[in-house]
Amino acid sequence: MNQHTMKLKIDGIEVECVEGSTILTAAKAIGINIPTLCYLDGLTPYGGCRLCLVEVSGTSKLFPACATPVASGMEVTTQSPKLYEYRKMVLQTLLAERTHICAVCIANDHCELQAIANQHGVDHVFYERNWSSNKIDSTHNFLVIDPNRCILCTRCVRVCDELEGVHTLDLKFRGKNTDVIMDQDEPWVKACSCTSCRKCAKVCPVGAIYIEGENIEYTKDPDVAAFIVERRKRLK
Amino acid sequence: MGSPVKEMLYESGGFFKKQHRIVLRNAGKIDPNRIQDYIAMGGYTALVKCLSSMTPPGIITEILSSGLRGRGGAGFPTGQKWRLVAQANNSPKYIVANLDEGDPGVYANRSIAEADPHAIIEGMLIAAYATGAEKGYIYIRKEYPLAIQTLQKAIDQAKAMSLLGDNILETPLKFDLTLRFGAGAFVAGEETAILASVEGRRAMPRPRPPYPANSGLWQKPTLIQNIETLTNIPLIIQNSAAWFSKTGTPKCTGTKCFSLTGKVKNPGLIEVPMGITLREVVFDIGGGIPDGKKFKAALIGGPSGGCLPEHLLEVPIDYDSLTKVGAIMGSGGIVVLDQDSCMVDTARYFTEFCVDESCGRCTPCRAGLPRMLEIFQKITHGQGEFSDLAVLEKSCHFIREASLCGLGQTAPNPVLTTLRYFKSEYLHHIENKECEAGVCFKTRDEDEPK
Repeated sequence: MNQHTMKLKIDGIEVECVEGSTILTAAKAIGINIPTLCYLDGLTPYGGCRLCLVEVSGTSKLFPACATPVASGMEVTTQSPKLYEYRKMVLQTLLAERTHICAVCIANDHCELQAIANQHGVDHVFYERNWSSNKIDSTHNFLVIDPNRCILCTRCVRVCDELEGVHTLDLKFRGKNTDVIMDQDEPWVKACSCTSCRKCAKVCPVGAIYIEGENIEYTKDPDVAAFIVERRKRLK
Repeated sequence: MGSPVKEMLYESGGFFKKQHRIVLRNAGKIDPNRIQDYIAMGGYTALVKCLSSMTPPGIITEILSSGLRGRGGAGFPTGQKWRLVAQANNSPKYIVANLDEGDPGVYANRSIAEADPHAIIEGMLIAAYATGAEKGYIYIRKEYPLAIQTLQKAIDQAKAMSLLGDNILETPLKFDLTLRFGAGAFVAGEETAILASVEGRRAMPRPRPPYPANSGLWQKPTLIQNIETLTNIPLIIQNSAAWFSKTGTPKCTGTKCFSLTGKVKNPGLIEVPMGITLREVVFDIGGGIPDGKKFKAALIGGPSGGCLPEHLLEVPIDYDSLTKVGAIMGSGGIVVLDQDSCMVDTARYFTEFCVDESCGRCTPCRAGLPRMLEIFQKITHGQGEFSDLAVLEKSCHFIREASLCGLGQTAPNPVLTTLRYFKSEYLHHIENKECEAGVCFKTRDEDEPK
């Protein structure tokens, strides 16, 4: 296949990449790391967490690097005081939104939110924190979901729909009441479409979905999505 | 027996004198349930003119030179949008008419659909011919039963007269039109959320690009237009672009419908030329503030608009001037507030509205707006601190710039404009724990919904 390539500049460095690739992948190719949470290689970009916002010259708007396709002649800035500030605010609003206490979290030390917050020097949250106490669903044989730790990145929803193909998980309600549900908002054990494939637990960036009794270090495998997609390509 | 309200009479009253009724040309004059009435008023002649003597690129050029801008709020040039869809090489193409009017107190689009449904259909047919679309949807709120009934009847009548379907007016033009109903989410009126909802999915906006003109409904090129925009189309074709651009300002041509509500003597649906001042709308058309009270502010642009104080009453109403002062055109709501309204409480109310209506996709809107509301609860219950204002303002800028869609990007407008023009009220609430309008500082039980 003959694919068009295009040139753009990221942080002043010229990059050549194929048409249709995103700013995020183009940046990765030249070793520029843009923080992400909802993005996962292998899944459809969601553009929800807003951590990967970048500046594009010629417009005052900010664009999510994970979902914005490259354009020829584009000039992208991935680091600026404003972006740094907004990334910190994204992290702080996420931490204030529900009950995030690292010390008693199963994902402590293996949490992407925690790691990025540390990288960005988020040592306190200037909002009043909102300690949610939603019901934990541990009815499934081994999968547990704790909505109080959920950051609504929908990686689990997308992996369930796009890779496992069963769409057990989805969202209910909207705004701050949004939650991940199973089938028609049933306890997990009654969600008959669930194949217990564990992919949701593998890709969860925080400690919201985990496997009971299993070491989280062993459970977490966010690369599984990209791995499956790559394997399926080879089958074709 | 009552007597006629003098101010509302067509001839003598000020209510109609400064209005310029183009979009609402047939409102109240024809029976919306009879296609014959619409045709008698010159309806569908624009479509005939298009099919018989105009080419699709010619129509697009005409719309472009009329200067018509999308009436949904953002003000994107309509002709440019049509050209993008016409140029997209993918088929089939779709048209979605946006009748998901969710702003509280706004009813302009509903009134158009209830009074003149065929103007919408004709506008869509011309757009279909110009862009090559074959299938159209009118996305309408389920809360508008009469508009749904009227539109459905209009579609059936148009089909019976071969104005919809295959071989429209014995030409190769093919266009099918269906109604789709909203399930009650305010955010469904957002351009990309409406697409998800028409497809039958959760009404959640998605990042753009790709823009709907290239990849909309089922990844096909899609033209999304507001009802009011579509209603303007037949007139531009009938009377020429030059006629249309005579009304309004050079950069914002034509008229705009507003739902004028709040503390005015004559509230109602009005249509005014672009560039009219806010003072003319509030005092000449609206008749001023009743009961001899004092004007305080006008909230223009719905729940995500801006609160403009008295010294900005001379601002001309057009897209760019409103953006400059921190408000937006939005869907066309003007709420007039008098001395009995507290601006802090008003900002709190609209923040609460946006908290409820946030879809939950992006962090700033979902997780940031509720934090702002908490600060408002503090201030309006006497626990505010001066540092809260800085946090409030910082959050506003963050949510405005970092949110995914128009809802989050405009949600802080009422807060930013009240902070800008009515800061003394915030300070008074915090320092003296006092609300001059007597709205705030109720006990917590009082404002809990019963």
